Amino acid sequence: MKTFTYEKAATAEAAVSDTAATTRFIAGGTNLLDLMKLQVETPEKLVDISRLPLGEIEDMDDGGLRIGALVPNSDLAADPRVTSRYEVLSRALLAGASGQLRNKATTGGNLLQRTRCYYFYDTSMACNKRKPGSGCSAIGGFNRILAILGTSDQCIATHPGDMPVAMRALDATIVTLKHDGDKRRISIHDFYRLPGDTPDIETVLEPGELITHVELPAPPAGAKQLYRKVRDRASYAFALVSVAGVVTVEEGTITSAALAFGGLGPMPWRNPAVEAALVGQAPSDEVFGVAADALLADAHGYGSNDFKIPLARRTLIASLRELTGE
Amino acid sequence: MKFTINGQSYDAEPDVRTSVLDLLREHVGLTGSKKGCDHGQCGACTVLINGRRVNSCLTLAVMHQDDEITTIEGLGTPDNLHPLQAAFVAHDGYQCGYCTPGQICSAVGMLDEAKKGWASHVSDDLSSSDLSDTEISERMSGNICRCAAYPNIVDAIREVAEA
Repeated sequence: MKTFTYEKAATAEAAVSDTAATTRFIAGGTNLLDLMKLQVETPEKLVDISRLPLGEIEDMDDGGLRIGALVPNSDLAADPRVTSRYEVLSRALLAGASGQLRNKATTGGNLLQRTRCYYFYDTSMACNKRKPGSGCSAIGGFNRILAILGTSDQCIATHPGDMPVAMRALDATIVTLKHDGDKRRISIHDFYRLPGDTPDIETVLEPGELITHVELPAPPAGAKQLYRKVRDRASYAFALVSVAGVVTVEEGTITSAALAFGGLGPMPWRNPAVEAALVGQAPSDEVFGVAADALLADAHGYGSNDFKIPLARRTLIASLRELTGE
Repeated sequence: MKFTINGQSYDAEPDVRTSVLDLLREHVGLTGSKKGCDHGQCGACTVLINGRRVNSCLTLAVMHQDDEITTIEGLGTPDNLHPLQAAFVAHDGYQCGYCTPGQICSAVGMLDEAKKGWASHVSDDLSSSDLSDTEISERMSGNICRCAAYPNIVDAIREVAEA
């Protein structure tokens, strides 16, 4: 690991004072330190934000929930308000990583988890995300775990998270503190960026900007929630495909649907066309197939990940059967 | 820097890059915690920090000067084994033994999580934390045993869970 200077931030305002591109916040550190050991990340300074008072989960007046950025994944998954009102979020968190990692990984850090693309991790390979302009060894390489949606000719990396997929289905808002002291509220739908020709830029966060909270609106009344994760091992593995679903059925008709997907794209994926194919319809495999067509209309396989296209279709249909069943 | 490990205070001056695992093994001579992958994948380095199980290889020592670190050496002694240590012996919950300190520290943390009512990925009901064998396996999936002593590890943990 390259050496760095270490500072413990006394306040959030102090934490955002440094906007250098070579400065990183550290809280749980479970992803950052892993990448620093491999010298994929080589920050010159770490700002320790782990003791800032951002570890609370609070009810909001509108029936929603406000989650501090430092709430560990395990505590968020176990919170009775989350297990009772946001089951999809608990399920997504519990489907990720291991008990030890969930105890350390934080809500804010998990939103910023980096891709698990083999070529991003291997500093001897070309990777436009790690080293802009160096090329992409994943295209034409071993890309079984990589993306089929939202890719570019520069990058086919997937976002590896589970929690952010559930948060996209739940229409979360990310609250930040900017360098100039302003607070910003960013819809999770606007938070991530497609790779295009700058795959090294993954979110709309500005230098020094700190995630302080995530807010969840009240879930739709009477909705069924589900997180289904398909992976190579039954536990402790990243998703090949995952589906977070929040769906309401009234008198035999789908009245609301929010569906987000992991393992398919460079960000937790959501496509309004999928939901438009469902709302107003009576649940049936035919309708679910139309929704899958909408999801996968622009899907592109890169060889070893071609299987994800039929897998995503089947996983979506199986999820919708469960979400709309008795 | 000052660290509190197994109830004792230690002075050490680790480089800022030093993980809690390297602090334990290289700076204060507590070699019970093992280095397997050094990337949070195998669980051999699991310790308890403020009572919670974590991968000590994936956290910096400098960040834990105010915390209570508990390692396998702090759970029991050869003359006075922790119930999980005794159960691992009774059920032969190991072969080479390299993953065992991490398995036991992880199991201590896991049983506490279950006691608090935390569900797991395999729980049908998110308000339930009953420990079936499937539940124990899922909750311990962050600890790899290269000798595959898993059935006996589950037996040992189940015995303590049911005690």
